Amino acid sequence: MDTYSLLRQIADSWVLLAMFGFFMGTAIWAFLPSQSRARQDAAMIPFRDDDAKAPCKGTCATCACAPSGYTFEDKHNV
Amino acid sequence: MDYVKLILLGLVTLIAAIAASWGHDLAYQVHAFLIMVIAFAMFIWVLRNTDEPRQAGPAQDGIYADGVIRAGVIATAFWGIAGFLVGTFIAFQLAFPALNFDWGQPFTNFGRLRPLHTSAVIFAFGGNALIATSFYVVQRTSGVRLWGGRTGWFVFWGYQLFIVLAATGYLLGSTQSKEYAEPEWYVDLWLTVVWLAYLAVFLGTIIKRREKHIYVANWFYLAFIITVAMLHVVNNLSVPVSIWGSKSVQVFSGVQDAMTQWWYGHNAVGFFLTAGFLGMMYYFVPKQAGRPVYSYKLSIIHFWALIFLYIWAGPHHLHYTALPDWASTLGMVFSIILWMPSWGGMINGLMTLQGAWDKLRTDPILRMFVLSLGFYGMSTFEGPMMSIRAVNSLSHYTDWTIGHVHSGALGWNGMITFACLYFLTPKLWGRKQMYSMSAISWHFWLATLGIVLYAASMWVTGIMEGLMWREVDDQGFLVNSFADTVSAKFPMYVVRGLGGVMFLSGALIMVWNMWMTIRGAQPATAALPGAAATATPAE
Repeated sequence: MDTYSLLRQIADSWVLLAMFGFFMGTAIWAFLPSQSRARQDAAMIPFRDDDAKAPCKGTCATCACAPSGYTFEDKHNV
Repeated sequence: MDYVKLILLGLVTLIAAIAASWGHDLAYQVHAFLIMVIAFAMFIWVLRNTDEPRQAGPAQDGIYADGVIRAGVIATAFWGIAGFLVGTFIAFQLAFPALNFDWGQPFTNFGRLRPLHTSAVIFAFGGNALIATSFYVVQRTSGVRLWGGRTGWFVFWGYQLFIVLAATGYLLGSTQSKEYAEPEWYVDLWLTVVWLAYLAVFLGTIIKRREKHIYVANWFYLAFIITVAMLHVVNNLSVPVSIWGSKSVQVFSGVQDAMTQWWYGHNAVGFFLTAGFLGMMYYFVPKQAGRPVYSYKLSIIHFWALIFLYIWAGPHHLHYTALPDWASTLGMVFSIILWMPSWGGMINGLMTLQGAWDKLRTDPILRMFVLSLGFYGMSTFEGPMMSIRAVNSLSHYTDWTIGHVHSGALGWNGMITFACLYFLTPKLWGRKQMYSMSAISWHFWLATLGIVLYAASMWVTGIMEGLMWREVDDQGFLVNSFADTVSAKFPMYVVRGLGGVMFLSGALIMVWNMWMTIRGAQPATAALPGAAATATPAE
């Protein structure tokens, strides 16, 4: 069998199956109830660490370093 | 260490000088001269600092590496204006061919300015926006400073050098004739080095993160960086004719080359202009709306579906060619399936505003984000539709394609980048907000109307010329000559040019606004001990 046909056969069978299986795995993983807290936690990342480590001198009246407190209840679809 | 640097820089200067002298073509000689000057300037710089005592600067470890992002924001705005300006000019060149000035031949004709425009807006404007925002997002969502010390600066300046080499190369006639991959072999090699450094900086920052999870925006950015590296290397496999010349010969030929090119070309759209910009969306839209992303589940599905599907869509560029039917059908089917994750992502971005829709009335930046998502949805519907073979037989080679690309590029990529610049500029220069909020509204409306004029005129002229090309009389003869279609398109070309002028004016207003924001330093108010109660500095 020449290289093309061999590779083509592998690609059309096992590789296809593996890729489809991996994709279904990610889809199921995305919905796992046990990962709900992890998803909630990850979704809130942009609202942490914003300027947490940047020293704010507070020398100007319009410095953009006011503390920000975000709280979100009623989020059911994370 | 300085001695090693001096030896290397000296060698680079020497080799570049030899290359400038022995080069076979003008572009190569100019590039060699450019590199010689840069390397020599760096040599002098290092020499003057050798064996000098190092001054300990202020401690940098405790803060985010924002200097390179500030530079990136300015570079994005600069290249944006350059790219839009060239684009508007070549739009008028198409309407008024006399603008291909005789005195500027061959450097300023349409054929050489067109790749300058596409590369300037995609790689210079879009690329700088991606690098700057990815550095910002990866630091903020990892809670650590950028990995690699000054490697971030190498990525920034290395990328600018790539842009300059590519742009001057096009004008001087150095091209390998691959759309969106025109730069010749030595520029490709340089970009590969810069890109791997970029990957290292980004990945290094993720690896040393303090957060437990990798935020979804970083997944998109990482997919963009890795895939672009792979696409770039495979599509640019070529053998230089001479080490002292810019010309190279592609390794692939014929239909294999065409397929490789459009595998690259469509995934440049899919991963450069989509996945990377979706990374922006998943960070900046929640930030601007003040709410977390609508559904984190959907973002996971969105990510995996998008990267699994996009990579197959390339063959739809090659309908009715020597490419086997099964391959172009495969590309078409995957393009249509791709509609779903695209709209899933759009819905996820738009629904993030759930409970915050009222902000659209007061916040012009959020309005820009929403508009960009609207254009994303529109062009990701239009694209799959145009990939259907029957539709493609009408749309291919017409201006409809140009209209489609620009509704995506101006609407989605442009608008989301503008919104990110408006978000970042006050943050990075320590201001509360942009200098003028009404100027943002002006920019919003000028850009929106510009895009509408652009897209509408291109739909009309594209479908018109597609129908004119296929029109036959009752004897079976073609009714129109090619020149008939060209003259029929004139009014739409003028409208398109006006749309470009409006988009460019909006961007100029943005640059003015950024300038005023950055420049407008507020004097520090330090209170006297006795008057502490009246003037308390803000926290």
